[in-house]
Amino acid sequence: MSGDNRFLGLIYLSPYILGLMVFTALPFAASFYLSFTDYNLMSAPVFTGLDNYWKLFTGDRTFRKSLWVTLVYVFTTVPLKLAFALFIAVILNYKLKFINFFRTAFYVPSILGGSIAIAVMWRYLFADVGIVNMALQGIGLEPVNWFGDPTNALFTITLLRLWQFGSAMVIFLAALQSIDKSLYEAASIDGAGKFSTFWHITMPLITPVIFFNLIMQMVQAFQEFNGPYIITQGGPLKSTYLLPLYIYEEAFKRFDMGYASAIAWVLFVIIMVLTVIAFWSSRHWVYYAGDKRS
Amino acid sequence: MADHVLSPNLAADQEADRILKAQRRRHTVSMILRYGVLTLVGLLMLYPLIWLIGASFKPNSEIFAGAGFIPQEPTTSGYVNGWKTSTPYTFGHFFWNTFLIVVPKIIGTAISCTAVAYGFARFEFPGKKILFASLIATLLLPNVVTRIPQYLLFRDLGWLDTFLPLWVPSALAGDAFFVFMLVQFLRAIPRDMEEAARVDGANTWQVLIFIVVPLLIPALISVCLFQFMWTMNDFLGPLIYISSVDKFPVSLALKLSIDTTEAFEWNRILAMSVLTIMPALIVFFVAQKYFIEGISAGGVKG
Repeated sequence: MSGDNRFLGLIYLSPYILGLMVFTALPFAASFYLSFTDYNLMSAPVFTGLDNYWKLFTGDRTFRKSLWVTLVYVFTTVPLKLAFALFIAVILNYKLKFINFFRTAFYVPSILGGSIAIAVMWRYLFADVGIVNMALQGIGLEPVNWFGDPTNALFTITLLRLWQFGSAMVIFLAALQSIDKSLYEAASIDGAGKFSTFWHITMPLITPVIFFNLIMQMVQAFQEFNGPYIITQGGPLKSTYLLPLYIYEEAFKRFDMGYASAIAWVLFVIIMVLTVIAFWSSRHWVYYAGDKRS
Repeated sequence: MADHVLSPNLAADQEADRILKAQRRRHTVSMILRYGVLTLVGLLMLYPLIWLIGASFKPNSEIFAGAGFIPQEPTTSGYVNGWKTSTPYTFGHFFWNTFLIVVPKIIGTAISCTAVAYGFARFEFPGKKILFASLIATLLLPNVVTRIPQYLLFRDLGWLDTFLPLWVPSALAGDAFFVFMLVQFLRAIPRDMEEAARVDGANTWQVLIFIVVPLLIPALISVCLFQFMWTMNDFLGPLIYISSVDKFPVSLALKLSIDTTEAFEWNRILAMSVLTIMPALIVFFVAQKYFIEGISAGGVKG
């Protein structure tokens, strides 16, 4: 189909190329430049070299706290969510009655995802007198101070995102269903138990989607904003003050665009480094069926 | 043991029978466990939403009085008062604003992503590899890095406090995920019909519109539905770009009503929360198969 004009494809791509330039590439470069400036929107950006970064890493306690909280959040939320999504997908992969009902029920919270209404609801559910504490008391446990206590507040946001495990689950489920059933039959003839079948057959075959889900969930978790903004407002004691919240307030409340860009770049570099590590490590644990690379 | 006097054959039969029964028992136990886990998780998934809907019909005094979802003294005052809002506009006005953002955004996304995906999936041209790599890179690029310069750009264009920043990037195929999803979809479709049409003298635009687009309809429905959901749920975009209350979409209006009425009128907030998630819920239940297909197509083939 490429006969008549070898640039015809580019014409179809032109909206994308324009958008890529104007809304991605240019802002990307500008953001890098801005991170070395002092810019408050009133006067032109003033180049200040590494000042912003220097201040971030030596003098800014809020930044250090925020960075730590972000890492804790990502490294708890992502593994828990993936493990839970996989566990449920494995159960849903058996022939069960009402399976469509369960799939739908598990997916509904994800569809409502980042909506403000859901964040609002979470705030009421985990209030001191909310139903989560009522349920805890119902089974004889002490109520928990979910939002007032810095050790718990971040966890409520983790719980909210765990509650939305549906899209990761659907992807796992599709992968599980595409596994050739004859592999399981062979394993069962060889007398393999359930765990060993799961570990030696299922797991290797779904590593590509584990990898995909890992990257997607990680990039998403590093950008969590609505949860802490609505549910905890970053508090108490900055215990839920994730980096995107800090960037937002520096940029759009204090109009310190240069400093906010520097924080954004630190966050970006962290995400990139972790993504590169994930891609690099994937050679050792991700198995592509029919892949002839050696 | 009595086994000694029985014929070996009978003993073997009994043994087989015993194993079968044990298997069946194990099967029953595992079924009970599975349904148990699924029911428990299902309850945890749905109860908060059911509670939300129930509580939106409760008087304020009752909302935190018990964990049940059925109101003792049902009232629609939350809806009536919430709809009025503390602004000069009703909630209907904010729904209309949301509609004005969502509709152009969906149309722009569908058209631009289809053209771009077609370009990627069916043509060879210089720079294709680099451009496709950039598509994947944008998929992974955190928005957080580009947000500030984008804001400055829209400010210089004079677009702040308009809906343009919310939909123009999407109309230029800015949502890499959708392009990627459509490319995956197109790769799985055989090209026979397109080639036949070309032989019959159709140009590539005619092929795109009359042959490719009809084949892409299920995937395009998924794209539109996801874009609808994401836009309905988007909060940070409007928060940054929209400043006058008369242009607020529902997400900002809801945040505003929390700020102004929270301490005393919970049922207003809960009622408006229910209303803001309703369009998404209804669309989801009507078209759930497209969501589930869309997400697994985007994820698995990649």
